[in-house]
Amino acid sequence: MSEISIETRGLNLFYGDFQALIGIDLQIPARKVTALIGPSGCGKSTLLRVFNRMNDLIDGVRVSGQVIIGGQDIFAPGADLLGLREKVGMVFQRPNPFPLSVYENIVFGLAVHRLARRQEYGDIVEQALRSVLLWDDLKDRLHHSALKLSLEQQQRLCIARVLPLKPQILLMDEPCSALDPIATLHIEELMQKLKKEYTIVIVTHNMQQAARASDRTGFLYLGKLIEINETVNIFTKPAQAMTENYISGRFG
Amino acid sequence: MKPMRVRKLKEWLIEKTILLSGIFSVVFVLLIFLFLLREGLSLFRGESVIDFIFGKSWYPISDPPRFGILPLILGSLLVTLGAAAISVPIGIAAALYIAEIAPLRLREALKAGIELLAAIPSVVIGFIGMITLGPWIKNLFNIPTGLTALTGSVTLAFMAMPTIVSIAEDAITAVPRQYREAAIAMGATKWQTTWRIVARAARPGMLAAVMLGIGRVIGETMAVMMVTGNAAIIPTSFLQPVRTLTATIAAEMGESVQGGPHYAALFAIGIVLFVITFLINGVADLYLHRSRR
Repeated sequence: MSEISIETRGLNLFYGDFQALIGIDLQIPARKVTALIGPSGCGKSTLLRVFNRMNDLIDGVRVSGQVIIGGQDIFAPGADLLGLREKVGMVFQRPNPFPLSVYENIVFGLAVHRLARRQEYGDIVEQALRSVLLWDDLKDRLHHSALKLSLEQQQRLCIARVLPLKPQILLMDEPCSALDPIATLHIEELMQKLKKEYTIVIVTHNMQQAARASDRTGFLYLGKLIEINETVNIFTKPAQAMTENYISGRFG
Repeated sequence: MKPMRVRKLKEWLIEKTILLSGIFSVVFVLLIFLFLLREGLSLFRGESVIDFIFGKSWYPISDPPRFGILPLILGSLLVTLGAAAISVPIGIAAALYIAEIAPLRLREALKAGIELLAAIPSVVIGFIGMITLGPWIKNLFNIPTGLTALTGSVTLAFMAMPTIVSIAEDAITAVPRQYREAAIAMGATKWQTTWRIVARAARPGMLAAVMLGIGRVIGETMAVMMVTGNAAIIPTSFLQPVRTLTATIAAEMGESVQGGPHYAALFAIGIVLFVITFLINGVADLYLHRSRR
């Protein structure tokens, strides 16, 4: 396997007494789309939120093991949490643009991390919107409220919003579950375009989506990573009976 | 099952009862306003509106009486501005702290405290202002009396605070969690998230909170009458006694002759107050409406 973007070693995660992730060892290759699938409550979203430490916001979460991103253990004492979140962007289940203008949504990250001078903002906004194919639609509406956009446009904007931070990794937590089928296809096409520059990890309920859009697929069940492999292999000749049962719809 | 006719009648009765209650509350407000107009407008048979509002002297019982309420308007304005300058920054900061930062238990305690503050009768707050704050201000600035516009502003700030804090806190709490999550996920600090996203999203609600707080201050009578010294002169500083519109009505209504010009002038002041609070509430409503959209 080529360059590794995220690696976990013996990762355990507890919500209080409940162990949500059990001994996860995986490697996620750079500039590929990796899908995480599994039934509800299997820990796939939790695992995704380990990679940018969003689980820290929940009381009573404990993590053991190692998660290495960019050569650093992100749970090491003194790890740069804000820097991690700059490097690892996240797109949420429901489009959640800020209740600000399109323009302000995109420059938010720049302002927070002081990444650019104000004169450069215009170009950066254009570039970010072009990357998600929104520029032509929105170039005359940059100062309108982002909440007025269609859901698909909002979700694209949410992707565009993290790009100015020059992240290496994009985490997507069921990014299409609020969208209609056409918009879903558009976002999947966009992922194919973005993976040339970014490592993408997507959590999805939709197995067709995993099959269509990802290069590698990991199957989680009850907090364990049952199997992770090339997507073609997972869907045609899975190594584990449990994986086969799940993808053929016999449970879950 | 009851026959359809009976159920329909019941529905009709309930509907009409609710409708009537709704109409009554509006009618009462209208009647109050009409009553104010009827009693107050008679003043303007002998007095011009301009002289009334911009007149610099309020000598209602001299001969001939002078009914210029400019000193009273400026008194109300000064005390209100002072109270706003104190209560708005503190109130908004307190609301942000309670809604965003305070740990759960402290939050509950603080909210209970704020509600308690709202429950203190205004005469008690006025009493405390008169007995403790007044002498303190007198000594601090070395002035002849502690009953000044500043004393009124500080006292009224206490009364505006609960309104501002509780409404602003509601507006901040109502900001969806997903905005905060998005900002945190982009590496924003707690403060950046609070200030750049949450406070922005809650801004219409916070403006409404400020307007309603100010509305309360302008209409407040008892406390302000006790601590501002009640001198109907055009104020030039915060360290001077002033008299507000409300205090004037409360202090003089008892000694005016019913139906006479003094009596009418006090009602005319009531009209002015009514219009001011109506405008302020209208603006607040506009913002509240906008924040719900």
